[in-house]
Amino acid sequence: MSLTDTSRRDFIKVSAAAGGGLLLGVTWLTSCKQDTQLESPLPMPASWKEMSAYVKIGDTGRVTIFSPNPEIGQNVKTSMPMILAEELDVDWKDVIVQQAGLDTDNYTRQVAGGSQSIRQGWLPLRKAGAAVRAMLLMAAAEVWETQTTDLTTALGKVYHPDGRVLGYGQLASIAAAYDPPEDPPLKDLADFKIIGTGKENVDLHAIVTGAPLYGIDTYREGMLYAVIKRPPAHGKSLKSYDDSAARTVKGIVDVVQMQDKIAVLATSTWPAIKASKLLSATYTDDDPLENSEQHSKMLQEMISKPSASPRRDDGDIESAMAQADEILERSYEAPFLPHNPLEPMNFYADVTDEKVELHGPIQTPEWQLNRIAEALSRPKEDISIGMTRMGGGFGRRLYGNFVMEAALLSDQVRKPIQLLWTREDDMTEGPFRPASAYRIRAAIKDNSLSGYHITGAGYGMRNACRERFWPTGCIENYRVESHNLDSNIPTGAWRAPVTNFLAFAEQTFFDELAEKMKLDAVQLRLDLLEKFDVSLQEEVDYDPEPMRRVIEVARDRSSWNERGNRHLGFSCYFSHNSYVAEVAEAIIKDDIPQITKVWCVVDCGIVINPKGAINQVEGGIIDGIGHAMYGDLRFTDGAADVRNFDSFRLIRMSEIPEIDVHFIPSDKDPTGLGEPTLPPAGAAVANALYSATGTRIYNQPYVKKVVG
Amino acid sequence: MPSYSITVNSQTRSVTADEDTPLLWILRDHLRLVGTKYGCGIAQCGACTIHIDGAPMRSCSVQISQLGDAEITTIEGLSAKGDHVLQQAWKDHDVPQCGYCQSGQIMTAAALIRDFPSASDGEITQTMNAHICRCGSYPKIHQAIKSVLS
Ligand code: FES
Ligand code: FES
Repeated sequence: MSLTDTSRRDFIKVSAAAGGGLLLGVTWLTSCKQDTQLESPLPMPASWKEMSAYVKIGDTGRVTIFSPNPEIGQNVKTSMPMILAEELDVDWKDVIVQQAGLDTDNYTRQVAGGSQSIRQGWLPLRKAGAAVRAMLLMAAAEVWETQTTDLTTALGKVYHPDGRVLGYGQLASIAAAYDPPEDPPLKDLADFKIIGTGKENVDLHAIVTGAPLYGIDTYREGMLYAVIKRPPAHGKSLKSYDDSAARTVKGIVDVVQMQDKIAVLATSTWPAIKASKLLSATYTDDDPLENSEQHSKMLQEMISKPSASPRRDDGDIESAMAQADEILERSYEAPFLPHNPLEPMNFYADVTDEKVELHGPIQTPEWQLNRIAEALSRPKEDISIGMTRMGGGFGRRLYGNFVMEAALLSDQVRKPIQLLWTREDDMTEGPFRPASAYRIRAAIKDNSLSGYHITGAGYGMRNACRERFWPTGCIENYRVESHNLDSNIPTGAWRAPVTNFLAFAEQTFFDELAEKMKLDAVQLRLDLLEKFDVSLQEEVDYDPEPMRRVIEVARDRSSWNERGNRHLGFSCYFSHNSYVAEVAEAIIKDDIPQITKVWCVVDCGIVINPKGAINQVEGGIIDGIGHAMYGDLRFTDGAADVRNFDSFRLIRMSEIPEIDVHFIPSDKDPTGLGEPTLPPAGAAVANALYSATGTRIYNQPYVKKVVG
Repeated sequence: MPSYSITVNSQTRSVTADEDTPLLWILRDHLRLVGTKYGCGIAQCGACTIHIDGAPMRSCSVQISQLGDAEITTIEGLSAKGDHVLQQAWKDHDVPQCGYCQSGQIMTAAALIRDFPSASDGEITQTMNAHICRCGSYPKIHQAIKSVLS
C-alpha cells in the first residue's frame, strides 16, 4: 500500500510500534469500503480521530476497528476485531468493522491459512486494543489532572473515582497525541466481556441483502470482462489458434494470446464466455500426459518401499515386527481433489504507467504483491492490493495464479480488467489436493501394540506424514516414512493439508486394530495415551492430557459405553494445535446405511466467538464427510474427468447428520478452528459404517463401496 | 443486438444484449444487481436463484429472450429494508460462513415458506437440496427456515 507524504505527515504523531507492528493510521483507511455497522444507539460521528492502524474513534464515541486478515468464511472479520475491542473496553454495539487493505508496514501476517489467523493474531490484537485504551486513560488523566492508576474504563468510557465520566469520543483528539505504550497491561481472562460471547458475523446484513461484497462483484467504470481459454490437459501447450469465430460475438473487444492461454476481452461476462468456447486451438504435448491409474500404481509402489531417511525411528521396529505374535497391515488411498469454493477464482487488475491496482479475493496478498512486482518489473510501491470478502477458500486462494493472470493481462492490454475463471476452469486447472496413499503396519505382542510403522506418499507432498502429532511418543517401536512424487499436475494445500487423509488412514486403522486385539476402540486410544513417554514431550506438538479429555468427553456425550446395538464409530485427532474427538452414528434404512449423528468435542483453547466457532466446527465435519464419501477427480491423458457440479458431487442437505458440538472450557490461548474438525470426520463415519455393514473402507471416496 | 424491456424488482429496465444471454449476467453485469451469484452456470448449485413470477428459478439457465413480461425479483428486491422474515432469521441464526451461496438459498426458502407455511423438516430438506453450500452451513439454513414456519 503506497502512502502519500501528506498522509504520513497528517498522522505521524501516533507512530510508535506496539505489539504486532502497530504503527499509525493512514489515509487509505478512509477509502476502505465494506463498512459494517452494528446497531448502535450512538449517532454516526461527524469527525474521526485515527488512533492507530487498527482503530479510529469518532467524536460520538463510535469506534472503527480494521480487520487485518483476509476473510474466507472463517469469520475472522468478526473474531479478530472482537479480540481488540475486548482490550479497548468498548461496547461491541458501538464498533464498526472495516476490512483493512494490504499494508505490510502496519500489520503482520495478513494471510488466511493454516488456521493461524487467531492463533497468531491473539496477542498482537490484544496489545493493540490495550495500547489505545492506555492512550485514552492518559488523556483523561491529563484532563482531570490525576494519575491513570486512579481511573477505570468500561463500555467506551473513562471513569474517575469521584463519579466524573468522559467518553472515548471526547478524549480521542487528546489521546492521539500520546505515544502508544509498548507493553500495555492486559485484562484478566475473568474480566472478558466480549470474548467468549456469541457475536454475529459483521457482514451479515450485506450478505443477506446481496450487497456487493465479494471479488466477483467488483466493478470499475470502463473495465473489461476477461475469460481465458486454457490448454485442455496438464502437459499440453498452445501451438496455434483461430479466433475468427470468436470475434464475431457481439461485445468482444479483443482476443489476445498470453503464454499458453488465449484471453477474450468483452464488455460483459457472457460474450467473453461464449467467445472463449468458439476459439479453436491446436496443442502440442511435449510433456507427459498423466493418468490416474499410473498415479495409483506409483503411490502403491512407493508406500511399500523404505525411504532413505525415516522422519522418525524410535526403538527397533524391525525386531518388533519379527517378534510379533500378529501383524496387521493395511493400505489406504485417496484421489486428487479440487477445492471448489463456491465463488470461482476472479481478480480485478488495472495496470498503467503510474500504478498497478489489484483488487479481489486472495488469502495471501503480500506474496502476490511480491510476485507481481517481479513479473511486471515494477517497484512494490506502485502496487496496491485491495482485499474483498471471499466466497470460500479451503486453501485454493493461497495460490495466486489467477491474480498473476489478471495482472499480466491488464499489463498486456493496458486496460482495467475483471478476470473470471468459469467453474470449469476452476475445477480442472488446479492446484489440487494431492493424491496420496499410506501403508500402516502394526506389531501385536502379548495382546499389546509393540510396534507401529506408517509409510506415506503423495504428489507434491514434502511430508506426507506428521511425525510430531499423536500417536508419536506412545508406541515404543515406531517408524514414520514419507515419499514425495512429482507430477505436472499442480498440487497445493487443501483444507487441513495432509491430515485430511492421513487422519482417515490412521483412525480407521486403529478401529481395525482394536477389533483384532479384542479391545474397545476408545479404550485402545486411552491405553496408548497412558503409555506416553514424557521424555519425548519436546519432540511432539501435542499434550496427552487434553487429548485424553476430548476422547473421554466424546465417549460420554455419545453414550459410547452404553451403545448396545447402535452403530457407532470413533475417531480423534490433533492438528493446528487443537484436539478433536468425534463419534458418528450409522443406521441402516431400506438396506442403505446412513450417518444420522456426529458428536464432536473440541479443545481449541479460549473460544473467541462461540457463534462463529460452531459454524466452523459443523462446516469442517460436513466438509470432511462430504469429500470422504463423494470427492473424486481422475485424470485421463492429463485432463480432469470432472468439470462442474454435475460430474463432481458435493454433499447436500439431505446427506448431513445432526451434529452435537461441545467445546472444552479453557483458559489457554486460542488455537486453530477452521480445519481441525475435518481430519477425524471421515474416519468416524467409516468406522460407524463398518459397524453397520461389516465392510471396511480403505479408499476415498467410498460411497460406491458402501451404498452401491 | 436486440433490446429488451424487463421488470426487475418492480422497475422496468431496458437492456441490450444477445438473445441467448443468461438472465444471471444481465442482472450482474448490465443492471449491476450482484446479489445474484454465479457458481456453476449449469443449474446445479442454486447460487443464482431468483424469482420469476414468484417461482424460484436458476437465472443462469434462463435466457433474456425467454422472459417476456415476467416479473423478476432478486435478493435486492426481496424486501424494502432487508427485513424479510428470512433475512432476519438468517441473522438470528448467524447462518452464513463465506456467505456466497446465501442469497440463492434465501430466495428458494422465501418461496418455500410462502407456498408451504407448514412444511415439514423433510420438505425443507428436500427443497433446499437443490442448493450447494460449499461451507456446509446446512444445519443453520435448516434451523433458520424452520424457525419462521408455523
Ligand atoms: S450458477 Fe445457476 S445454478 Fe449454479
Ligand atoms: S456459506 Fe459458503 S457456500 Fe454457503
